[in-house]
Amino acid sequence: MHHKEHHSIEDMLVHIRHYLPSQAPLKDFIHHNTLHGFQALPFHEAMKRANQVFGYKTYLSLEEYRLLYQKGKIKPALLKKVLHQQPATSSQEFLDKMLHEPATQVFEGRIGLLYDHWKTDYHLNLSKEVHPLLFRWVAAYLDQGIAQKELPVKGTDFLNTIRMMDQYSSLSIFKSKRARQLLKDESFGLEQALELVVGDASYWEQYLFDMAFQHPGWSGMVAVLEDNPGHLLKPRPISLQHFLLFELLLEIDALDRKFGTVWKPLCQGMVSPPPPLFPDVWVETPFHWLQYWQEAYEWSFYEEVLNGLNAEVKSIASVREPEFQAVFCIDDRECSLRRHLEQEVPNCQTFGTAGFFNVAFYFLPEHGKFFTKVCPAPMTPLHLVREKEAKVRHKKDTHYSRHSHGLLGGWLISQTMGFVSALKLMKGIFYPSESPASVSSFRHMDAHGHLVVETPAVGHKINGLQVGFTVSEMADRVEGLLKSIGLTTEFAPLVYLVGHGASSTNNTYYAGYDCGACSGRAGSVNARVAATMANHAGVRKILESRGISIPETTLFVAGLHDTTRDDIQFFDFQSWGESHQKLHQVYLAKFKSALDKNAMERSRRFLLASSEGGEEEVHERVRKRAFSLFEPRPEWNHATNALCLVGRRSWNRHLFLDRRAFLNSYDPYQDPEGIYLAGILKAVAPVCGGINLEYYFSRVDNARLGAGSKLPHNVVGLFGVANGMDGDLRPGLPAQMVNIHDPLRLLVIVDQHPQVVFHVLEQDPATKSWFLQNWIHLMVQDPDSHALYRYEQGVFKHYELQEQPLNEYPELRQLVANGSDNQPIYIMRP
Amino acid sequence: MMTQLLSQLLPILVLLPLLVFLTSLIPSEKKENWLSGIAFTGIALQAMFLLAFLIIWIIQGAKPLIIEEINLYRSNDYAFLVDLYFDWNAAIFLFTGTFITLLIVRYSAYYMHLEPGYKRFFNTLLFFNLGFTLTVLSGNFETLFIGWEFLGISSFLLVAFYRERYLPVRNAVRVFSVYRIGDIGILLAMWASHHLWHENITFFKLNHYELVHHQLSEHSLIGLGISFCLLVAAAAKSAQWPFSSWLPRAMEGPTPSSAIFYGSLSVHFGVFLLLRTFPFWEHQILARWVIGGIGVISAISGFAISNVQTTIKTRIAYASVAQIGIMFVEVALGLNALALFHFMGNAFLRSYQLLVSPSVVSYMIRDQLYHYQEKPAQVLPEWRKKLDATLYTLSVQEWGLEHFLNRIVFSPLKKLGHQLDFLTKRNVLLYFIPAYAAACVLYIFRASLWTEVREVLPEIFAGIGLLMVLKAFSERQSPRLSWMLVLMNHGWVALAVSFNEEFDWHHTLFYLSGFVPAGLIGYWLLHQLLEKERSFFNLNGYYGHAREYPQLAFLFLLCSLGLMGFPITYSFVGEDLLFSHIHSRQFVLAFFASSSFVLGGIALVRVYARLFLGPNIKKNHETALKSS
Repeated sequence: MHHKEHHSIEDMLVHIRHYLPSQAPLKDFIHHNTLHGFQALPFHEAMKRANQVFGYKTYLSLEEYRLLYQKGKIKPALLKKVLHQQPATSSQEFLDKMLHEPATQVFEGRIGLLYDHWKTDYHLNLSKEVHPLLFRWVAAYLDQGIAQKELPVKGTDFLNTIRMMDQYSSLSIFKSKRARQLLKDESFGLEQALELVVGDASYWEQYLFDMAFQHPGWSGMVAVLEDNPGHLLKPRPISLQHFLLFELLLEIDALDRKFGTVWKPLCQGMVSPPPPLFPDVWVETPFHWLQYWQEAYEWSFYEEVLNGLNAEVKSIASVREPEFQAVFCIDDRECSLRRHLEQEVPNCQTFGTAGFFNVAFYFLPEHGKFFTKVCPAPMTPLHLVREKEAKVRHKKDTHYSRHSHGLLGGWLISQTMGFVSALKLMKGIFYPSESPASVSSFRHMDAHGHLVVETPAVGHKINGLQVGFTVSEMADRVEGLLKSIGLTTEFAPLVYLVGHGASSTNNTYYAGYDCGACSGRAGSVNARVAATMANHAGVRKILESRGISIPETTLFVAGLHDTTRDDIQFFDFQSWGESHQKLHQVYLAKFKSALDKNAMERSRRFLLASSEGGEEEVHERVRKRAFSLFEPRPEWNHATNALCLVGRRSWNRHLFLDRRAFLNSYDPYQDPEGIYLAGILKAVAPVCGGINLEYYFSRVDNARLGAGSKLPHNVVGLFGVANGMDGDLRPGLPAQMVNIHDPLRLLVIVDQHPQVVFHVLEQDPATKSWFLQNWIHLMVQDPDSHALYRYEQGVFKHYELQEQPLNEYPELRQLVANGSDNQPIYIMRP
Repeated sequence: MMTQLLSQLLPILVLLPLLVFLTSLIPSEKKENWLSGIAFTGIALQAMFLLAFLIIWIIQGAKPLIIEEINLYRSNDYAFLVDLYFDWNAAIFLFTGTFITLLIVRYSAYYMHLEPGYKRFFNTLLFFNLGFTLTVLSGNFETLFIGWEFLGISSFLLVAFYRERYLPVRNAVRVFSVYRIGDIGILLAMWASHHLWHENITFFKLNHYELVHHQLSEHSLIGLGISFCLLVAAAAKSAQWPFSSWLPRAMEGPTPSSAIFYGSLSVHFGVFLLLRTFPFWEHQILARWVIGGIGVISAISGFAISNVQTTIKTRIAYASVAQIGIMFVEVALGLNALALFHFMGNAFLRSYQLLVSPSVVSYMIRDQLYHYQEKPAQVLPEWRKKLDATLYTLSVQEWGLEHFLNRIVFSPLKKLGHQLDFLTKRNVLLYFIPAYAAACVLYIFRASLWTEVREVLPEIFAGIGLLMVLKAFSERQSPRLSWMLVLMNHGWVALAVSFNEEFDWHHTLFYLSGFVPAGLIGYWLLHQLLEKERSFFNLNGYYGHAREYPQLAFLFLLCSLGLMGFPITYSFVGEDLLFSHIHSRQFVLAFFASSSFVLGGIALVRVYARLFLGPNIKKNHETALKSS
């Protein structure tokens, strides 16, 4: 016998789906921890197991680490510091081994070893027979609109659809009789199929694992859709169980074709059976010491940041009587824009918070047929915000038309539109501009439309969602927003709430470029709703009673920052008073200038866009990337992210963080109990941690955990991408998104007393687990003593920092001239 | 006067792409700007030259231009001539091709940034451009075949661009195989037309109605045979029935390469071949019916299959197959101008659709957000349900085309090859040397043999050669055996053909001198690889040695091309020379010789792919899953 215990089929499926990729369809792309299946374990232990079971590469390669060491990106002092933490690793020999011993890694997991027996024992390339048909049928069922013809059988689940197709069709899906018979037989389930194909029940689970992980992309998509059918606009009920049963039937068909109906099950009398997938005792891998390289790599960077935070003299004094305030998303792409804005207007204040601005709802655009969720993915909103008096933001284009694929239509279109295509293509290549192939964040909402924010009548519901918010609901949300970022006094005349989105062309990952806190949509609607709420007289009255007094002269202004084009748009200014409009004109110029500089800074990472010329000229070049058909990297999105700072801006405003930090505003003095901190950490861990880890894994193993190069990708059913015609779906990030990413785990640093943070974590085990198991590093800096603490094994320990001097920020020109590499942490001049 | 000048300038249109290709070999992989710069400047120059050329040509009345007899090889009774020919067909194809290539090169300069294989990509693209130009401008079958072969190999290299994944490599071998099968058609057409006219017939001469008609009325069966061969070649190249299924499988390379090859240019070459040879078969009613029929079947099946495709690129591929089917019909009806116009439109449309194919997600999702309408449930009669379900299932299975091709072509060939499974690397010479010695003895004493025996011996020898190639093609163990068998085949073919003529050492030597060096060097390279990778050296899987031994892989590829008679070495001229010695009544011999020539190529590419391409077997780095 192979395994000690017997599981039920249901348990096996639960176990399998635990490890399957869980990426949603493209339109709902949201970053998540790729190896979520191992997340209950400490990070390095998880890496070891993921490597042994699935053969994943979980760290950079040895050569890469050694190269980083030579380049000084891994600092010798930090390597020593890491090694000296344990006696076993602190010897000189160990160091020599790490630095010089020649070694060849092999990436081979236990997954698939059982399935390989088809090839070795039966001389049958089973996957070649089964996969193309399996993929095509499941794609035909799930398809959201690529195929002209939908399946003739509609309205029932996957297996039933297949059954009815096979029943109606005079041509069977299978080529042998038995499989067709078994499909008809409704009592024939997974158990019976496994009995037939695998035999020995102790191997069933391993066989199912092997089967599902021959094509993790498809298995994962099926599992995701089983849990969240709402990800598809056209409903397609499907289950992993049915999917795998169909695959087993196809296997039976292939085996019958080759051997007739008499063949022995795979595991009956198997010579040299494979080891179990999950061993009882986990041995050390020969390359376990890569983890020390990784730690040294991470702390080489972290210590620079800590030195920066620790810099005795903060070069920039905190702001009094600010000219204006601007609240941005926590997103790392806003990090540099805030810096430039602060340089343009030294007397302004900027804040960061999750970009849904504490208002969670579904958005129903005018003319829209579906609701769009605009809040963090785990939340389930109860409200609906409708758009009115807006224009349709979608133009039809013949090139996507179904008729172009028809016989007569194609004949006509190719001889007419074909020549238009030639011109369009020429224009698209030599003069990129907005086209139907592009996605623009500014189209998410019509700036001139009207949003129904306040509920017209309490109890007015559509599909169980309340239309609009009541005044007290609005007050709660605004209060939550302001208190969590610590903006409760000294309101400037203008408070900007700036959401963000992105623009790109020819990009299947477009949703991943938008705001993650808005479920992969632009943040414009949320910003506008939040601003409307904060300007509401009734809301202000309630806030007054809760200790937040917003002067009448203060106006909240919603805006949208397009992170690809570095353009900004503000909403509803026709309703402002004249004085505000005048003031805004002044700041608008500052915003524009900051955006030019931001584009200039970003241009240093774009090797093919020259940074030569004036800021506006460079900005224009950067802008064009968003419209370029041929640009697989319209922007770098979250690449290079490594940090998350939770605290007052005055605590970190003096640092140049190279767009690598998520910045969340938080005032430790206004939150002595850690109530708001709890909310922030609860969002930061899965959102920023998820982004960070997805980048990490897609970078270290782009072939298995990432999507590979996106250049050959082929869109499948509008929900996924694959290579070629018969390839598996490819979840994860493509190589083009992670080229420049340094795989460092996220370091969260909180501006608060350690005991408060400790208390917060104890209240929320789910959040605590991220930090406890080291999937994210956590540190705090005491706002009074400035002492640093590191969260290790569930407690905060005082952290001894090796001091190192930091350089002053060179001016922008110099920075750009430094090239595309990651820059060190700089101290900003006052 | 001006026309004469234009004629003299015609070779520049071929030399320019050659020069650009050669220049692009110089910069190193890291010099992205150089590589894309050379490609863009080169193609831009070519485009400007072409444009000026076209304008003058049209002003001058658009008369066909011919350059005759650039002599590559000549002996007393044989000459290998490169002819160029420029007419409206060439003008339209060249214009469309250069225009699209220019745009794609520009597109790829950015799109391919940081992609491993940047240089390989541009080299292959420019080599394709050379092949394209040569084919379009070719004035006779020999020249056309050179270009045709360039297209085949560059296609193989671009489908297998992601050579470290399994599926692209497998599909590349597949595509190459189907292309080669089509090549049998061209080779036989070449051979037959040699004998029909006793010279390298130029396309220009085909326009002479009297000449063609006179010959055909005397040899109507040969004429029909040639037309059929041409049709096979055209259908294979243009993914027409029953070859359609290779086209979607070829969509493995970076999107722009798929756009230029399978969206627009390469895939229309069947149409070009038909247009080019139109005067030849226009009076054969049967041929026109068959061509039109293939077109109709392809259009209908392509349309039906396209309808159920759930991936964007396969959908475009089959839609394109259907349109090309209509072009076949247009040509069969004699509507050549319409076909040309249709070609241009289709090429532009499909390349644009492929290039913007990633954006279909955002476009369609947005479209559904605003315009989605639930289709009302229809109550259909029982027969309609049955019909719909049957048609759907049939189309999901691609009308069984992939299966069909395997069953009628590749599987029987493999089965035949397995008849020789008793041959191993060790004993093959034990069989070969005595057999070949005996054959040589028969050759020496051929004069004293009965006529009946003498007549049949060449065919037997070529048959033995073909069997060897089949064994090479189906061999699963030894790469060296496979290699040697292909080499030996050339020996058998040379011997077989020698029976026909007066003893002419020159021709046989010339023929063998092309293959033997490539064969020996290739064998030595295989030996080198064996020394290094003893445990990963057979034909039973893909080993991906190119990752560790890129130079070895490249040299081996060159040797394979040499041994398969690919027109970069002069062995190709030898091949043609030999064909010219096969008499017109020896159809079987011609068929054996061309089949072994073509299948030998497939066998060699298979050896190359299995040893050097695919995921590296040692797994010392991250490798993609087989299914991805």
